[in-house]
Amino acid sequence: MKIMHCPLNGPRNISEFVHGGEVKAMPDPANCTDHDWADYVFYTDNKAGVVVEWWLHAPSSYWFIAERHTVTDDIIRTYDPSEVFKQRVEFSTESDVSTEAGQMKLKGVGA
Amino acid sequence: MPFSLLKYGLNKDYPFELDADLPRPTDLKSSYDVVIIGGGGHGVATAYYLAKYHGITNVAVLEKGYLGGGNTARNTAVIRSNYLTPEGVRFYSQSVEMFKDLSNEFDFNIMYSERGQLTLAHTDATVRAFRQRAEVNKHFGGRTELIGPDEIRELVPTLNMNPAHLPVLAGLWHKDGATARHDAVAWGYAKGATQRGVELHQLTEVTDVVVDNGRVTAIKTNRGTVKCGCAIQAVAGHSSLMAAKAGFRMPITTYPLQAMVTQPVKPFLDPLVSSSALHCYVQQTSRGEIVFGGGSDPYPLYNTRSTLELKESLLAHAIEMFPFMADLRLMRQWAGITDMTSDYSPIMGLSPVENYYLDAGWGTWGFKSTPICGKTMAELVASGGKVPALIAPFSMDRFDAFRQVNEMGATAASH
Repeated sequence: MKIMHCPLNGPRNISEFVHGGEVKAMPDPANCTDHDWADYVFYTDNKAGVVVEWWLHAPSSYWFIAERHTVTDDIIRTYDPSEVFKQRVEFSTESDVSTEAGQMKLKGVGA
Repeated sequence: MPFSLLKYGLNKDYPFELDADLPRPTDLKSSYDVVIIGGGGHGVATAYYLAKYHGITNVAVLEKGYLGGGNTARNTAVIRSNYLTPEGVRFYSQSVEMFKDLSNEFDFNIMYSERGQLTLAHTDATVRAFRQRAEVNKHFGGRTELIGPDEIRELVPTLNMNPAHLPVLAGLWHKDGATARHDAVAWGYAKGATQRGVELHQLTEVTDVVVDNGRVTAIKTNRGTVKCGCAIQAVAGHSSLMAAKAGFRMPITTYPLQAMVTQPVKPFLDPLVSSSALHCYVQQTSRGEIVFGGGSDPYPLYNTRSTLELKESLLAHAIEMFPFMADLRLMRQWAGITDMTSDYSPIMGLSPVENYYLDAGWGTWGFKSTPICGKTMAELVASGGKVPALIAPFSMDRFDAFRQVNEMGATAASH
């Protein structure tokens, strides 16, 4: 059994964890171009070597960051996201989703 | 014999394997019209069709290991076209048609064996999805139909009709489903290509792709640099790494995929059988061995290690389907590397570098597309970058336009 060290729950079987993808900066969804958004959502570095990724401990719904080596399958370090994200990240998403006009805008109708 | 064996054993370098059907290795020329990176099935098929249909023979296929030694040798050799999307079915059904005649074309037996493929449905939702797949498949000339439990029992008498308390409700019966010897496909294409003048360079690793003003001008290898008119990357399992050398990223995540084979037993299973809910497929080879495979591993790796966990879960499901297999012994187990795209469709065609073409994102559907992929990639290269209509939906920029080809008929996809 491969063991992963969960920063919250300690060493657990890796089958309890879900891989969540590369840690990368999210562009501002309201103002970025379609190309930037596609790049963020679909394109990956997909490196052979040490990667920094989001992982989830599924039974406790706890998200954390893991550094591991994608060639040797070694887990190098796992840590709480607060080590990287010191402050809450706010996005300038439009807040008018509750209005009818806002809904229309979201669906791409009109404008 | 003992002396030659001793010489072989004392040789410091890994010796070139001399094959009667392939020309002896030569030095790299300084320049080629076309350089194909990757000497697997797809690479040599592209070279073969370039030479055969387009008269382009100043071609080098560069392979870091040996011919067909990567994922061409690691797949489970399933040929089928019962996918879900019209784009996918159109593409794969042409591949199935081409496979049927390859042995004659090569004058070399690829052991193509049409067995039919049966996919089991255990829920009403899956039955509905299968109805759609059957209709899409028939529309594009495939032989696929939905069959009930009685017909399934007749096709596969040894099947447990209530595996893991998931009763078999119906099956998608794909008569075109087949298998072939995967190594022979690569050898046949390589033989045909080299006979027409293409150079195959094994043990030749590409170390860098030289891009100048948005065009690829040369390929650096461990045996020197070659100039090229254009280049194709066909390196399943390492697509993102090769693309990084050419200076761009791809919408791919790379996972291992594990498979295994048992000791040989008497023939009992003619069709290829897979279960949508148990994520497992089972087939018996012409030698009598039973091959098991499933979906990719749960997290990305560039490593062909095997895990007990995946083996256990896969076998538990296989034994649910065929309980008597519990007494069989496993003979071999291995893993391949799959370049998964988020829509389970390949990436073929143009790249951000002008004369650098992509044959990538082959996840769990690479082997079955070898002939049609080689043929269409050759058309693309010969026309100087005019994308054939058949592969246009699979261009990499479909992701930038949010126009994915959602192929939920892929083995790795949950149906």
